[in-house]
Amino acid sequence: MTIIVTLKEAVSRYVKPGMTVALEGFTHLIPNAAGLEIIRQGVGDLTLIRMTPDLIYDQMIGMGCANKLIFSWGGNPGVGSLHRFRDAYENANPRALAIEEHDHAAMANAYAAGAAGLPLAIFDGYRGTSYPEHNSNIRSIACPFSGKKLSAVPALRPDVGIIHAQRADRFGNIWLDGIQGVQKEVVLASEHTIVTVEEIVDRVSEREGGTVIPNWVINAVCEVPSGAFPSYASGYYERHNSFYIQWDKISRDYRKFRSWMRHFVLETKDFAEYMDKLREENHV
Amino acid sequence: MSELNFTPLEMMTIAASRTLAVDDVCFVGIGLPSAAANLARLSHAENIKLIYESGTLDTQPDVLPLSIGDGELSSTALSVVSIPEMFRYWLQGRKIRTGFLGAAQIDRYANINTTVIGSYETPKVRLPGAGGAPLIATHCQRVLITLRHSKRAFVDKLDFITSVGFYEGGNSREALGLSGQGPAMVITDLGILEPDTVSRELVLTHLHPGVMVEQVVNATGWPLKVAAELKTTPAPTVEELQVLRELNARTEAAYAAR
Repeated sequence: MTIIVTLKEAVSRYVKPGMTVALEGFTHLIPNAAGLEIIRQGVGDLTLIRMTPDLIYDQMIGMGCANKLIFSWGGNPGVGSLHRFRDAYENANPRALAIEEHDHAAMANAYAAGAAGLPLAIFDGYRGTSYPEHNSNIRSIACPFSGKKLSAVPALRPDVGIIHAQRADRFGNIWLDGIQGVQKEVVLASEHTIVTVEEIVDRVSEREGGTVIPNWVINAVCEVPSGAFPSYASGYYERHNSFYIQWDKISRDYRKFRSWMRHFVLETKDFAEYMDKLREENHV
Repeated sequence: MSELNFTPLEMMTIAASRTLAVDDVCFVGIGLPSAAANLARLSHAENIKLIYESGTLDTQPDVLPLSIGDGELSSTALSVVSIPEMFRYWLQGRKIRTGFLGAAQIDRYANINTTVIGSYETPKVRLPGAGGAPLIATHCQRVLITLRHSKRAFVDKLDFITSVGFYEGGNSREALGLSGQGPAMVITDLGILEPDTVSRELVLTHLHPGVMVEQVVNATGWPLKVAAELKTTPAPTVEELQVLRELNARTEAAYAAR
């Protein structure tokens, strides 16, 4: 049964140290509030998975939540590097971070394989690239019918998959619209799932477009307005581009980053209070 | 007739936009390729289909996106598909004619690196990584690459091959079994390079107006071959410059207002 709970309760119930956790969102609907709650609860030793790690993974890595990252493009889109990710990978600050690096095709296929209950994903890519030299999880397989050589990667099956959607109904069916990335695959590939939503409404349906994911594959739904900020939620709010630019300055220096995170994240009780504080201090 | 004033960046964007066919189906990377592809759509190629890896098919943004998944791209798209569908059916399924990529580094066989400079474990510069580029470079029928010309970018040997061009030259790309034809052109702020039909090594075929051969040779990290019949890229037209500048102004105004 899907429970409708606070984000604090959902994270403390499902996200435990040492787990493999995927917070997905492809530019749109990035579950930032959920990531900040994991930081607040100090959950560590996580293997984080995400195709496009951006600010929220920079924050989680910089706060020491992760010891491994599986990804296919890491950056602050349109701005530059993720300074906390680089500092962790290059200088082991605040702790060492192992990486397993792929391209988007491999990860998209690996999530789809996880959703489909297969142990591996097979696709036609990676040939001639340097990736297989640096990632032992990239292997090749011969087609049993044609003999054609293809690439194989293990399926992604996170312990916990977390996404943000526009709406849920009171039964925990969720509805998302616009760019949907790999969100459906993450939900279906994960052992447990948490979905934060902009609002809980009486009824969700695909009749006005969008996609519904039924509640029996969702463990917890949490109403968190603006929970994708600074990314966007189509139909609710736009991407906050200036925050992405500000983040470059905030994150460049480790001590400045720590004090910013303490002030805005660790010293606020939840995402609503965090947003209020950002507004009061003219960050948004 | 008075000379038009234009910047090298404008010349590069305009030269790149001209390489797109009027009815192209083009997978667009963010940044320089996106500006050039949208300029093409707004000038000579109004029927071009632009595709971004966030899943937007036939998108017609009014302003340039800052990221590959901007709302501007999905709200102006004919269809928005999931990421697995994009990579499996559309790219790997070879439904996209042209792939348009940027790069941090490129070698003489138009292999590109967007992953790491220096060693992988202890990098000099850690770049964002692959994104969708390797599969684009594998399966699109042809690939266009645009980047600024410098010795740091045009290197003798890549530290990492993120996306394959002509691999080790000759028929080595075909030997790898990659389905697309490989890079057709590299458009820079100094000129245009095209692969030799046999060796597949990049050859300077066009100089942009006012650029000297030595400049390009000096900005290339290997002994650059120069075509016997070196052409001059036609200067930007009044219309091309106007459309590009309006697009840039509209983009700037839109983001300043937000």
